[in-house]
Amino acid sequence: MDRGSHSHLKGASLEKAPTGITGLDEITGGGLPRGRPTLICGSAGCGKTLFGMEFLVRGATEFDEPGVFMAFEETAEELGQNVRSLGFELEKLVAKNKIALDYVHIERSQIEETGEFDLEGLFLRLNTAIEAVGAKRVVLDTIETLFGGFSNTLILRSELRRLFRWLKEKGVTAIITGERGDGRLTRQGIEEYVSDCVILLDHRVTDQFSTRRLRVVKYRGTTHGTNEYPFLIDEHGISVLPVTSLGLDHPASAERIPSGVRGLDAMLGGAGFYRGSSILVSGTAGTGKTSLAAHFAHATCARGKRCLYLAFEESPAQLARNMRSIGVDIEPWLKKGLLRIEASRPSLHGLEMHLARVHKQVAEFAPDAVIVDPISNLVTAGTELDTQAMLLRLVDFLKERGITAMFINLTSGGNAWERTDIGVSSLIDTWILLRDIELGGERNRGLYVLKSRGMHHSNQIREFLITSQGIELQEVYVGPEGVLTGSMRAAQEARERAADGERRQLAERKQRELALRRAALEAQIKALQAEFAATEEEAKLSLAQNAAIEQTIENQRERAAERRGSRAVPTPPGQTAKGKRK
Amino acid sequence: MSASKSAKASKHDEGASPEMWDLRLYTAGQTPKSLAAIKNLKRICEQHLPGRYNIEVIDLMANPRLAKDDQIVAIPTLVRKLPDPLRKIVGDLSDEHRTLVGLQLRRHQEPERA
Repeated sequence: MDRGSHSHLKGASLEKAPTGITGLDEITGGGLPRGRPTLICGSAGCGKTLFGMEFLVRGATEFDEPGVFMAFEETAEELGQNVRSLGFELEKLVAKNKIALDYVHIERSQIEETGEFDLEGLFLRLNTAIEAVGAKRVVLDTIETLFGGFSNTLILRSELRRLFRWLKEKGVTAIITGERGDGRLTRQGIEEYVSDCVILLDHRVTDQFSTRRLRVVKYRGTTHGTNEYPFLIDEHGISVLPVTSLGLDHPASAERIPSGVRGLDAMLGGAGFYRGSSILVSGTAGTGKTSLAAHFAHATCARGKRCLYLAFEESPAQLARNMRSIGVDIEPWLKKGLLRIEASRPSLHGLEMHLARVHKQVAEFAPDAVIVDPISNLVTAGTELDTQAMLLRLVDFLKERGITAMFINLTSGGNAWERTDIGVSSLIDTWILLRDIELGGERNRGLYVLKSRGMHHSNQIREFLITSQGIELQEVYVGPEGVLTGSMRAAQEARERAADGERRQLAERKQRELALRRAALEAQIKALQAEFAATEEEAKLSLAQNAAIEQTIENQRERAAERRGSRAVPTPPGQTAKGKRK
Repeated sequence: MSASKSAKASKHDEGASPEMWDLRLYTAGQTPKSLAAIKNLKRICEQHLPGRYNIEVIDLMANPRLAKDDQIVAIPTLVRKLPDPLRKIVGDLSDEHRTLVGLQLRRHQEPERA
C-alpha cells in the first residue's frame, strides 16, 4: 500500500520517526511525525504502555534515539518487569543512559489544592530527564492520570496545552497515551491538544475471542492506511499486520512440484502444482482431504524439502497412524526433521495468535510447503470476516516467501460446492474439490480440479480411491447412463464386457458359417467340374466315333468308286473291317 | 535560589502537642505564585503554629533533580514532612481554610470558612 506516503518520507513535507514496530511503519508510511506528539488511545489493557515502551526501546536500540518514559501509573520496577517478557531489557538501557524512567506518583488523598498552581514541577522533571539522556523520544503514560490527582481541570487543561507546545519546541517525538472515554477518544478530550497524529488501539472480544486492532485515526499531512489493522503482542513485542501492505508483487515461480498423487499431477497439466502457489482442497466430511494433504506432505519431504503441517483436528501421532493405514508413512520425515506437525485446537488462541504462530514457525522452520488442516476450523476462533482477513494475510505472507500453501477446507453438506465457507476462493490458485457421489446405495469419492491458474488442467471428474497403497485416481464411467462410480461403475464395465463377448461370439459364428458355406460351394464346384469332365470325355468319344464312321463311309465310297474303276489305290479289306467295328 | 529559608522556632504554644512541624515548600523561580505561597505559608504558620514550625523553601529551578526524588508535579507544592503522615498542598495557599485542612490543622467538617 501507501507507496505515495513513502515518497512523503523522501520529500520535505513531513519528517517521520520510525517506530521500529513491525508493520506500523508500513501503515504510517515511515513512522510517527518527528518532533510532534502523537496520541495513542484505547481502553484499559489494549497495549498502550507497551506501544510506548517499544517505541522507546526500538528508538534507543535501533535508531540511536534515546528516550524518556514518564509513567503515571506504573513504577519503574513494574515497567521493567512488564516489558521483560517481551525481550526488552529496560534496566540495561537505563544503566547505559539510553532511556530515562520517571515514575510520577500522584496520590489524590495526600493532596489538597489551595489556589493557583501550575505543573512546572512536571516540566522540570521532564526537562531533566530529556537532558540527562539527550532524549529524542518521550512517552507520557498516561498523562490523564493527572486529572485524577487535581481537581482544577481548568488549570490542568491549560497546562497540558502548554506541555504539548513545549514538547514540540523541544523537538522530541512524543507519545501521549490516553484512556478511551465514552464516545470520545480520551476521557479528558486531550485529543484536542494533540492534533498531529492519533492512533487508536482496540482490544475487542468477539465470541469469547479477543483481537487487538490498531487504527490510525488521524495523521496530519500524510496519507495513511485507514483500516483497522490487527496487531499482536508476543515475546518480540508488537507486530501490526497490515492487511494490504504486502501488495501483489510476489514472485511467480514456474517451477512445478508434485502433488504426491500421480493421477492428480496428470490432471494438473501433467506436472503438479506451481511452487509458491496456494492450493485449496475442499470437500465434505470424509472425502479424503487429509489423505490428500498427507500425500502432498509426503511428496514434499521426499523431494528433500521441509513441510510444515498445521493440524487443527488431529494430533501428530494420530495423523501418522492414520496415514500409515493408507500407505503413507510420514514417520521417517518427522524423525528426519523434514516434516513438522503443529497440532493445536483452533480455539486455543485467537486468530491473531494463530497467525503469529504461523509467522514464527515459518521464520524458524523455513518450510517449502505449509499445510493448514483445516482452515474451516479457524472460524471457531473468530468471526467469518476475521478468518477471511486472517487467511488473506496468511496467503499473502506465504506467497511472498514463495512457500507453497495447501489449505484444507471442510465444507458443510448443505452448502453449494463451488463456495467456501470462508470465502477464500478468490485467493486460491489451484482449487481441488473432493465430493462424494452417492449412487446406487453407496458413497464414492470424486475429485475434480475446479480451477488451476496458469496451467492446462483436466475438466473431468475422477473417482478417488483410498487404498492401502495410497490414493488412486480412476477414470469414472461417463456414458449414456451418466457418471457412474464405485460398484455401479464396475457393474457397468462388466455389462459392457459381457456385451462385447456376445458380439465377438456372433462374429465368430458367422465366420465359421461362412467358411462352411465356402467349403460346401467349393465341393459343389468340384462335382460340377468332374461332371463336366465326364461329359467332355463322352463328347470326344462320340466325335471320334463319328469321324471313324465318316471314314468308313468314305472308304466304302472310294471302294465303290474303285469297283466302278475310277480309283488308283485299292484299300485293304482288313482295315476297313477293323475301323467299322470300333 | 535559597535552599533553606528560615528555621523559626518559637516558644511552646497552647496545650497542643509540642511536636515540631517540618514543612517544605517547592517553588520554581521567583514567580508571583511562588512568592504568594511563601508569604501565605509564613502567615498561616505564625498564626497557627507559632514557634513549632520549620519551613524549607526549595527552588526546583536550582535543584531540578529534587522534583523527581520528592515526587513534585505541581508548583508551588507544600509538603508536610512532619508530623506523619506526609501531606501535600498544591497551590499558592491563598485559601487559608483549605490550607489548614490540608495540613490537618482543621477538619473538613468544620463550618468555618473564609
